[in-house]
Amino acid sequence: MEETLIEEGGDVNREIEVAPALISVHPLEKSVAVAIGSQLRVYDLQGDCNVNLVDDSGGNLHSGSIRAICYGSKGRLFSSAGDDKLVKIWSTDSWHCTRTVCSEKRVSAVAISPDGLFVSYADKFGVVWVVALDGTSSEANDKAAPLFAHYCSIITSLEFAPDGRFIVSADRDFKIRVTVFPNKPISGAHEIQSFCLGHTEFVSCMAFVSTPEYPQGFLLSGSGDSTVRLWDVTSGSLLDTCEVAAEAGLLESNEKEDMFSPAVTDICASPDGSVVAVAIQRQVPQHFLLPLCVITNKVVSMGEIFIPTSLGLSSSPEHLWMITGASNLPALDDPSFARVRVISGLLKESPDSGQDDPILLEDSKIPGGERLLEKLQGSVSIVKEEQTLAAAAEAVKTAMCNLLIKRQYSSEKRELRKRSRNDRKQKQ
Amino acid sequence: MSEKKKGNPKSNKSTGLPRKRFYRARAHSNPLSDSHFPVPIAPSQVDYSLHYPHFFPSDETCNENCNSTINPEASILKPHSKKIQFADIGCGFGGLLISLSTLFPETLMIGMEIRDKVTEYVKERILALREANPGQYQNVSVVRTNSMKYIPNFFEKAQLSKMFFLFPDPHFKEKNHRRRVISPHLLDEYAYTLEVGGIIYTITDVEELGEWMKDCLEGHPLFEAIPEKELDSDPVVKLLSSATEEGQKVARNGGQTYLAVYRRIAISGTENGE
Repeated sequence: MEETLIEEGGDVNREIEVAPALISVHPLEKSVAVAIGSQLRVYDLQGDCNVNLVDDSGGNLHSGSIRAICYGSKGRLFSSAGDDKLVKIWSTDSWHCTRTVCSEKRVSAVAISPDGLFVSYADKFGVVWVVALDGTSSEANDKAAPLFAHYCSIITSLEFAPDGRFIVSADRDFKIRVTVFPNKPISGAHEIQSFCLGHTEFVSCMAFVSTPEYPQGFLLSGSGDSTVRLWDVTSGSLLDTCEVAAEAGLLESNEKEDMFSPAVTDICASPDGSVVAVAIQRQVPQHFLLPLCVITNKVVSMGEIFIPTSLGLSSSPEHLWMITGASNLPALDDPSFARVRVISGLLKESPDSGQDDPILLEDSKIPGGERLLEKLQGSVSIVKEEQTLAAAAEAVKTAMCNLLIKRQYSSEKRELRKRSRNDRKQKQ
Repeated sequence: MSEKKKGNPKSNKSTGLPRKRFYRARAHSNPLSDSHFPVPIAPSQVDYSLHYPHFFPSDETCNENCNSTINPEASILKPHSKKIQFADIGCGFGGLLISLSTLFPETLMIGMEIRDKVTEYVKERILALREANPGQYQNVSVVRTNSMKYIPNFFEKAQLSKMFFLFPDPHFKEKNHRRRVISPHLLDEYAYTLEVGGIIYTITDVEELGEWMKDCLEGHPLFEAIPEKELDSDPVVKLLSSATEEGQKVARNGGQTYLAVYRRIAISGTENGE
């Protein structure tokens, strides 16, 4: 019975691939970008208006689900990539697409180097590619060069160190690899600085924080083992571990839930590390403040049904932007659904003064107001919000599982699959 | 020893060595498939006392000193006084390891093999040899793992001084080239685990694969070829074809072997600028 269940589940997943909605905020909060399915929606907070994306790189717009978006190089550049195997690079002052790179495989993660000269992306084979952006967009330059690879493990997150020395990649095999980013990356990055090993489940997300005393930065990583860990990337040593479930008080409240300790699905941090926000799969976001590695936290529960699929934070972390939603939702009128929410009051004047807890802003109070919501969500108010959210929550859960967790088969199931293999035995 | 024989009907009655016919296995294993065996989380979690009880008698000594209820993790987590230096990737039936064991009696070495039955055989073989030759073969061990995926989980940066890739799967189809154990991207990881000056030994009887391995190593900025002369004086090179089961088979059939031995070099400053 179990076997048939697995089989059915697998088939359904293959037919409709639900893609979680993504959000990213300009480092100076000049704009907010949302990706839902193949749509990229951007709202200009500075000018308080919608942004019309213009693609003059000659390529098509995204035709498949967007899986990764990011701002880079102090917000000058923006990149989006996904299942249509296109990596698009946008200039954020005009929102023109300046470059479209074709990948051989679907793209799972993308990052822009701090100096804005290179864009790096990871594909479904675990290979990380690099594209040079040095203005001269000649034909030969349009192709990406392989940089390095994880052995056949899907890379979930790709980040550059703040000083640009390292490129860090995390995968579903609980590995974090720190690679020296060479001067001439087109010929590959061969020197591995370290591996950050300690997670016992897939690593889903990473973020760098740096302090004036330590400008090269510390790495934060979130994982399916329900921890957030702090690393020194130069040596690969684990500095601190935060059991998110315990911090959020989830474990005591609900003993049954123990077995499903919540997975950390996204993390974002202000560059100075004063605010670190974490989204977890079961209940949701909490954010905690991190002064000098001593983690104190504040949990903001969003209730059972708002499960952020992605988080965004600017460098002066006034607002924490959250989105939940997915494309290709089966049982809904509007197949792509997104809901944006904002938490404010994350920064306190002094740690002791603090009664002003973070608050979840009303729709009318968020920067950009309803016009922003109309752009980013597709509509201001969502009819039957409760039901829609609940349905979306389920779909999002499976979508995230498909993204992050490897398929598991029981041993009987494995035997069965082996027996029905059709590739054996042409004798040579 | 007689007890041992009773305990293991798969062993040869006179020598105590395991017999191969009880450990039949498929010749190939898919390195891309997800693994279902335990993998150490980090090199510090590799339990050396399990592999090399002679060098790491942690349990007994600890039991005397501390109470019997010691925290097992504490014994694992303390830094190893001596580290594994040789790794035979895809060790097969372990012929090379056994020969190396007596050649370098003070060096810890490990074989990594993905097929569980074959690993089981090597395990039994080492145990039998240890019993038959007291004091010897204490420095070799074997582990079942997918070394293409999990090498960083076993070895720290610059820990190894020799790595062996002997008669690996050829994977002829171009589609399957990414399954080859020597590939440009995997060499990055091998370079990470090898110390500067460490040596990577590869040998095959498949000409096409031999060329591929040589090309990969030649093209990698962290490896340089070892001159012919030096190879002649390296006692290990002779073992590559003579000590391994696969090598003996090739010799029996009068086949040719293709050797590529390279040294891990430091990153030169100019390398990046070139």
